[in-house]
Amino acid sequence: MSNKTPSKRIGKLDFQTIKRIFSYMSRYKKSMVMVILCIIISSVASVAGSIFLGTLIDDYITPLLADPNPVFTGLLKALALMACVYLAGILSSWLYMRSMATIAQGTLKAIRDEMFAKMQTLPIRYFDTNTHGDIMSRYTNDTDTLRQMINQSVPQLINSACTMITVFVAMLIQSVYLTLIVIVSILLILQIVKFLTGRSGFYFMRQQETLGDLNGYVEEMINGQKVVKVFCHEEKAREAFQEKNIAWRDAVTNANGYANSMMPIMSALGYIQYVIIALVGGWLAISGATNLTILGTGTMTLGTIASFLTLSRSFNGPISQISVQFNSVIMALAGASRIFKLIDEKPETDDGYVTLVNARENPDGTITEADHRTGIWAWRHPHQDGTITYTKLRGEIVLDHVDFSYNPDKEILHDITLYAEPGQKVAFVGATGAGKTTITNLINRFYDITNGKIRYDGININKIKKADLRRSMGIVLQEVNLFTGTVMENLRYGNPNATDEECIAAAKLANAHNFIMMLPQGYNTVLEGDGSGLSQGQRQLISIARAAVADPPVMILDEATSSIDTRTEALVQRGMDKLMEGRTVFVIAHRLSTVMNSDVIMVLDHGRIIERGSHDQLIAKKGTYYQLYTGAFELE
Amino acid sequence: MIKTLAKSIREYKKYALITILCSMIEVVFEIVIPLFMSQLIDRGIEAGNMNTVLKLGVLLVFFAIMQLITGFLSARIAAKSSAGFASNLRQDMYDNVQTFAFSNIDKFSTSSIVTRLTTDVTNVQMAYQMLTRMAIRSPAMLIFAMIACFGIDAGISMIFLAVLPVLAVGLYFIINKVHPLFTGVFKTYDKLNNVVQENVRGMRVVKSFNQQEHEIDKFDAISEKIYMDFSKAERIMSLTSPLMQFCMYACTILISWLGAKAIVASGNSTALGLTTGQLTSLFSYATQILMSLMMLSMVFSMITIARSSAERISELLNEKTDIRDPADPVMEVRDGSIVFDHVDFAYSSKADKKVISDANISIRSGETIGIIGGTGSAKSSFVQLIPRLYDVTGGSVSVGGVDVRQYDLEVLRNSVAMVLQKNELFSGTISDNLRWGNENATDEEIREACRLACADEFIEAMPDGYDTHIEQGGTNVSGGQKQRLCIARALLKKPKILILDDSTSAVDTKTDAFIQQSFSQYIPDTTKIIIAQRISSVQHADRIIVLDDGKIADVGSHQELVERSPIYREVYESQQKGGSEDE
Repeated sequence: MSNKTPSKRIGKLDFQTIKRIFSYMSRYKKSMVMVILCIIISSVASVAGSIFLGTLIDDYITPLLADPNPVFTGLLKALALMACVYLAGILSSWLYMRSMATIAQGTLKAIRDEMFAKMQTLPIRYFDTNTHGDIMSRYTNDTDTLRQMINQSVPQLINSACTMITVFVAMLIQSVYLTLIVIVSILLILQIVKFLTGRSGFYFMRQQETLGDLNGYVEEMINGQKVVKVFCHEEKAREAFQEKNIAWRDAVTNANGYANSMMPIMSALGYIQYVIIALVGGWLAISGATNLTILGTGTMTLGTIASFLTLSRSFNGPISQISVQFNSVIMALAGASRIFKLIDEKPETDDGYVTLVNARENPDGTITEADHRTGIWAWRHPHQDGTITYTKLRGEIVLDHVDFSYNPDKEILHDITLYAEPGQKVAFVGATGAGKTTITNLINRFYDITNGKIRYDGININKIKKADLRRSMGIVLQEVNLFTGTVMENLRYGNPNATDEECIAAAKLANAHNFIMMLPQGYNTVLEGDGSGLSQGQRQLISIARAAVADPPVMILDEATSSIDTRTEALVQRGMDKLMEGRTVFVIAHRLSTVMNSDVIMVLDHGRIIERGSHDQLIAKKGTYYQLYTGAFELE
Repeated sequence: MIKTLAKSIREYKKYALITILCSMIEVVFEIVIPLFMSQLIDRGIEAGNMNTVLKLGVLLVFFAIMQLITGFLSARIAAKSSAGFASNLRQDMYDNVQTFAFSNIDKFSTSSIVTRLTTDVTNVQMAYQMLTRMAIRSPAMLIFAMIACFGIDAGISMIFLAVLPVLAVGLYFIINKVHPLFTGVFKTYDKLNNVVQENVRGMRVVKSFNQQEHEIDKFDAISEKIYMDFSKAERIMSLTSPLMQFCMYACTILISWLGAKAIVASGNSTALGLTTGQLTSLFSYATQILMSLMMLSMVFSMITIARSSAERISELLNEKTDIRDPADPVMEVRDGSIVFDHVDFAYSSKADKKVISDANISIRSGETIGIIGGTGSAKSSFVQLIPRLYDVTGGSVSVGGVDVRQYDLEVLRNSVAMVLQKNELFSGTISDNLRWGNENATDEEIREACRLACADEFIEAMPDGYDTHIEQGGTNVSGGQKQRLCIARALLKKPKILILDDSTSAVDTKTDAFIQQSFSQYIPDTTKIIIAQRISSVQHADRIIVLDDGKIADVGSHQELVERSPIYREVYESQQKGGSEDE
């Protein structure tokens, strides 16, 4: 909703963006050629109609009037011919509109699909630094304005342009003098159009801004509506809303006011132009002046004036059409450039060439690749000399003097070194902002480290293909995200080949089975709106089960049990212990009870590891951990 | 539905009427102008009379200027009237949402309320503007133009009567065919947006499970469906214009033929019949008639599109709050005593399972009560009955000796401060947020409340102190800080009853204990109800309620419960195992 393009850009067409939109339409090249051809035919047909009306009076009716025994066959033939021309016009306009519908929707689909596919490749940083509403609005508002432009404005613009050219030529054929009058008056009219589109364009942008503002306010307040109720803050909320609503109303009133008045003003000015032409034409005809046309000279006739008058009306029509479309084109281009900006974002780079394969362990201890699931995994490591080595996936993770910063000016992690042996449980403890979650973001390469090295089974993780690296790790986050679909589908999310039995076993492990069975359709209950019917604790249990189904050798649990009460946690603990068995696990938890039984606990402070050791060692040390443990120190 | 929406027109009714009036006048000019044009050709140019040409020309220019003025006015006023109506409509919706009880809020999702307040209102606004500008104007135009045509030549004008039904049937067929398609398309759009939203939010999950391909496939399938349905609908819609052209061209040719014959028959004399000038006017009117029909069909199609939006809006407008002030409300809460008398509660009257069943307890004013229970044991539901955020389904809850349903809601809620589990701070400074509790609080009072909630230290450590700006959703303060701010905000209400729903979970034990201590020291007369997951937060309470599956399993002091309540003991031990001073 935040189409906050500076208002001063109004009135300038962004040709770069236009070119790009057309490049998406290029796969419809053949249809496009046909469409343009059809548009030309249909506009020529309609102009031909106007010209015919001119000749009707002069060439048919007037001679017939003079004839005492009028014969209508000539007129009949001409009318039949006209009928054919009209029919061709109707058919071609049907054809082009029909294909334009397909082209517009196809182009939009192409853009939309590319945008979504592209979005999937963007680094996590993109989603952390852009508001979700902003990303969403590209799929909704921006695509919508673009649809209107391609579907309505583009054909109308082509049509109007064609009509204008044909009419212009036709006018020149009729009379050069009168055409000059039309040109002068159109130039004057265009000044008014320019003023009107400028004003309405300015307010249309204001309208988008105020709507975005309103949208943001509503979203925040409705989200906190329960707090509003508890504090009886309704009246205040209403007043603030009203203020924004009125700002929107005023912008819309002006935007539509100027845009609406375009048509009546153009039409009235058209009448005045009409009168002037009639006067001049009449004067020319009466004074018997010669009529200059591009085909030669002749005398000004009544028929000439009549048909010229009709033509001049057809000339004004497309000009008002174009003016009316102008604003929507500008708005659509602003939307399109935002869409293209997303498409042009730099994707997550992946130079990894080490892949994860199914493997078989030979009796002699060597590892060979297997073509089916064996339960054993190995890193397939091709070397520059063409040889390939296989390393068994064990889950050993080493951080070697790692530095990291999200922004160059503020270092988040400083000189982190740690060894996690396969099957070990490593815990991170520390205040908010100490860098706990950041470490896990680095291990699965959501972000890349600035200095140092991270090794996985002895391989630098930069060499491992990201998809394979992530496949070997399960992650359970504090903020649980579920997807619309059944509980079973959600459980199977990380491992689409898992059987129902495996999923149910995992749910039992996570202590989620009982409440799932109480849902209306058990495992087939459809979760909607991010599983909004479930409590936060239940969502966390599903998320743990989901990670268990994926069965990765390394697991990251980031505050995974924070919303589960301690009693339930104690119940889950047994399952969790079983889940962690034989896996390398990184645990971030607020409750020290969750991390106590870890093999190593790292106490982080301002991006540095200040203490490390087992629970007993750290207690004995009587350092920061001890203070945390005894509650002498605040943990946030 | 229309009645519901029309209520919001209010002060903009006169603008709507002026719009209609102006557009009627505009129509008159648009009809008169072609008449004079034909006169100008017939009596002026044809007769070679420049004087007449000049006279009629001046008259025509005058008409055109009049039309310009009325057209301009009607355009501006139509914009004012529709924007005003739309903003009223939006305000009414928002106001109604403000009256909603929690149960009403639960019914609508945030995003659905937001869509109704934005996109749906815009759709209705556009349709309404179209309606005021065209709905009267087009039929009027049609009728006037028809009268004018029949005035010129009734015989030839019969052509229109023949063509009109063809057009009407054609348009009806198209709209009928297209409407269900569009409704379907919009539903699919909702699905598409849902997928995008889930992905944007859950990108970490998608990436860590490597499900990008799966998500792209899911998206493409929906995207493909939109493409198919939308282009199908548009293809049918694309018949409209050719249909119009067909009618118009058919009229032109028929008028040409019949007109030529009539002119020849009359010898181009006004007295005897049709003239060439009149023929030109006939063509003009033919265009006008068909254009007004086109406009009408556009009005229809816009209304069909706006119809689903209007339905969604009236759904929100017609939602009546479940909790209302009683007729003769009690305006004062005597003290902070609470009585639960055989309380039953269910979120939906249809639900067969009660969330709370037969809860009985009497709490003295000033008492400190702890509540302990597992996930899903209805702890939050239990306390939300006290400020009447939900109504009981059986039994009664009394505060200060009076049933909560007899109080004025504002009076009751001002006496009962509640810190919700899902805390929300709003964008604005820290003081702004705290003043939610009491608008007129002095700086001293604010500092006092923050001291009690142990929030003063970290606030004063911030660069801007109490003027520090809080981001939307309070993302720039930590969980524990947010909780303490919310407690301070509630304290500023100087409530008779203070309810903390798991509000110190992110605060360390020491600070937690300090907050508890200052409560008993500084607000001894306030009844305090504390829901907590850790025993340490409640063990010093006068009494602790153990909730299990919506029932009060036991009530007693920490010591008593450790001895006799197996559930309590289990919780206690699970935390003991994790260290006596867990967290």
